[in-house]
Amino acid sequence: MQQTTTELAGKKINMSSEIMPTDGERKSSSNVSVPWVEKYRPRSIDDVAHQDEVVSVLRKCLQGADLPNFLFYGPPGTGKTSTILAAARHLYGSDIYRSRVLELNASDDRGIQVIREKIKTFAQLSVANQRPDGTPCPPFKIIILDEADSMTHAAQAALRRTMEKYSKTTRFCLICNYVSRIIEPLTSRCSKFRFKPLPENILLHHLSAISEKENLDCDKQALRNIISISEGDMRKAITYIQSVSRLYNDKRITSERIIESAGVTGLYFSIASATLVIPDALIDSILETCRLNSYEKLDKIIQNVIADSYSAYQLLSQLHDKIVDVDELSDKKKSFLAQMMAEIDKCLMDGADEYLQMMKLCSHIMQQVCAGE
Amino acid sequence: MSLWVDKYRPTSLSKLDYHKDLAEQLKNLIQSGDFPHLLFYGPSGAGKKTRIMAMLRELYGAGVEKLRVEHQTFETPSKKKIEITTVASNYHIEINPSDAKNNDRVVIQGMIKSVAQTQQLDAISQKNFKVIVVMELDRLTKDAQHALRRTMEKYISTCRLILCCNSTSRVIPAVRSRCLGIRVAAPTADEALLHGVCKKEGLTLNQELAVRIAEQSKRNLRRALLMCEACKVQQYPFTPDQPVSEAEWEIYLRETAAAIVEQQNPKRLLEVRARLYELLCHCIPPDVIIKGLLSELIVNSDGQLKTEITALAAFYEHRIQMGRKAIFHLEAFVAKFMSIYKRFLDEGMAAMDFM
Ligand SMILES: Nc1ncnc2c1ncn2[C@@H]1O[C@H](COP(=O)(O)OP(=O)(O)OP(=O)(O)O)[C@@H](O)[C@H]1O
Ligand SMILES: [Mg+2]
Repeated sequence: MQQTTTELAGKKINMSSEIMPTDGERKSSSNVSVPWVEKYRPRSIDDVAHQDEVVSVLRKCLQGADLPNFLFYGPPGTGKTSTILAAARHLYGSDIYRSRVLELNASDDRGIQVIREKIKTFAQLSVANQRPDGTPCPPFKIIILDEADSMTHAAQAALRRTMEKYSKTTRFCLICNYVSRIIEPLTSRCSKFRFKPLPENILLHHLSAISEKENLDCDKQALRNIISISEGDMRKAITYIQSVSRLYNDKRITSERIIESAGVTGLYFSIASATLVIPDALIDSILETCRLNSYEKLDKIIQNVIADSYSAYQLLSQLHDKIVDVDELSDKKKSFLAQMMAEIDKCLMDGADEYLQMMKLCSHIMQQVCAGE
Repeated sequence: MSLWVDKYRPTSLSKLDYHKDLAEQLKNLIQSGDFPHLLFYGPSGAGKKTRIMAMLRELYGAGVEKLRVEHQTFETPSKKKIEITTVASNYHIEINPSDAKNNDRVVIQGMIKSVAQTQQLDAISQKNFKVIVVMELDRLTKDAQHALRRTMEKYISTCRLILCCNSTSRVIPAVRSRCLGIRVAAPTADEALLHGVCKKEGLTLNQELAVRIAEQSKRNLRRALLMCEACKVQQYPFTPDQPVSEAEWEIYLRETAAAIVEQQNPKRLLEVRARLYELLCHCIPPDVIIKGLLSELIVNSDGQLKTEITALAAFYEHRIQMGRKAIFHLEAFVAKFMSIYKRFLDEGMAAMDFM
């Protein structure tokens, strides 16, 4: 590709700038500044929180046992990538890491051709069971296929043979969010580990440790608030705690500040579906408007909700909870609405217009609330 | 001469007229260069772009406003060449993935890698990362979004992403997990803003007109400023009862709706189809068309029917998202509406006869 950076202001160093998992301290002492999620990425498998099953298997491998092929799957921010990188670093140290570990992700071209060529060339080379300095290390290489769920099925099928052929010298670690997108012949060749969302107490422990290291003045309740919007995703939790600590000039985090920064001011932490709630009063006033049986009033309030960029998902799930308790609605009506909500959920997933979907839902609620049986 | 919208785009965070506290907080957030990737979301016209530009200025100084247009070429695995035009300064690049259509994965990856590989330490700003601004993230294919996962992490020390979208429903969870979301609500009290702009232009705006413009703009700041400027061209000094002019396509869309309500038959459907084509050709997005039609058609329907038609619009808009050609589904919507509406009219007639 064409180089366009030649006229850049300032000094320019041409170097590979990806964050190498090998240099333990990294360049943090110079002025490379990375967000806390990277700063606090587990350096060793002992730092990985909550995923005890896989950690104990890996620990045995580090003590010399053979390594199976792995398949790690689970929601974002639960430690999949960190775990395998930490283990690989432990196995090989920084000097031979590059020659022993191949990391391919969805950004690399991973068609069948690449599986055949790149992986083959890497896998073919047999390796010694000691490092240049004579210390022992495992007699195999590791190929990490991150984001394996975005590989085509054809490429996965090609991988299957490669995996068998080089089983003597190479171990594979497949990582993905959606295990259903990995073909069965591959999953059956791997030890599967599900990375679970992190429970609140683990997150609390981890965040407390970070806030101590960063000298934050942070009350317990505030941490709990952060955790409640993180959905078991450690990455989100760390991003939130860093961001809240930066929004104000002192390093104080209180629950008021979290609510404040989350709600009115527009810095809204809930971008995911079921994170921070829409104010209850707003939900109530939508339902109240439904009782008035006026399409125009309903239109107005929904337009405002959208203009405030509340997420339609959030609105859907909160309305769903509320509808159950609406007295005017018979069970039959409730089940009609519940069915509609399921359809709308799917439509939103497909990227349908949020305003139209919400109007469809609310005008039906209005109809059901106001009409007789 | 530039339009008011561009002329009065605030250039620094402290000059932003609304959401003042958000501006302040953003400033604090980016002060130490270790902020995470950011995802700005909110309706169009709410001021996301303005805020992003102001933030970049805060980060790098006035240098980010020296923009140049660049042409870059990327190659797909199948050796197809894709040419992309980007707007860039020394510190940031802005891309719009919809320019790359189905090859957006190749383009965005190429972009991140080329930015990340030239590490810079800028003497003035003391920042060693560049920023890639991705507009319309929700238009990025799922394939390209999935490919972002590890790349976003790997190159974070030299390349920070600022993503921008209208709705987060189309953004995959793994990408959301990697960003701090920043909600930008549309400003509510924009009369004040209109007064402010008029004052800077040396004009006096009366409160009645300001309120009407604000209302008609439906909380879209860009639209409000355009309308206000159009009013000024039409008639100055302003009077409280002067008409607020709409964009030509809005009038055209309303006339289209009127034509649908007036007659329901195949001939009319054909005429309406031609008009829909015309709108699409002028780059009016199909969801805007269908929402515009709905809001007009609703006025001519009564209670029960309103609900039915809303559901209809939602149904066909979903089809538009899933399908390939918008015109099919727009036309189907109109046809279906016609049949329902005709039935409604006929039933009304029958009831009258009966009495
Ligand atoms: N189990 C964990 N223990 C400690 N830190 C964790 C854990 N899980 C996630 N983190 C934190 O979150 C960040 C991201 O974790 P990681 O990249 O391993 O997630 P992932 O499971 O690979 O997510 P994705 O599916 O989105 O790729 C890490 O840098 C670390 O700071
Ligand atoms: Mg990962």
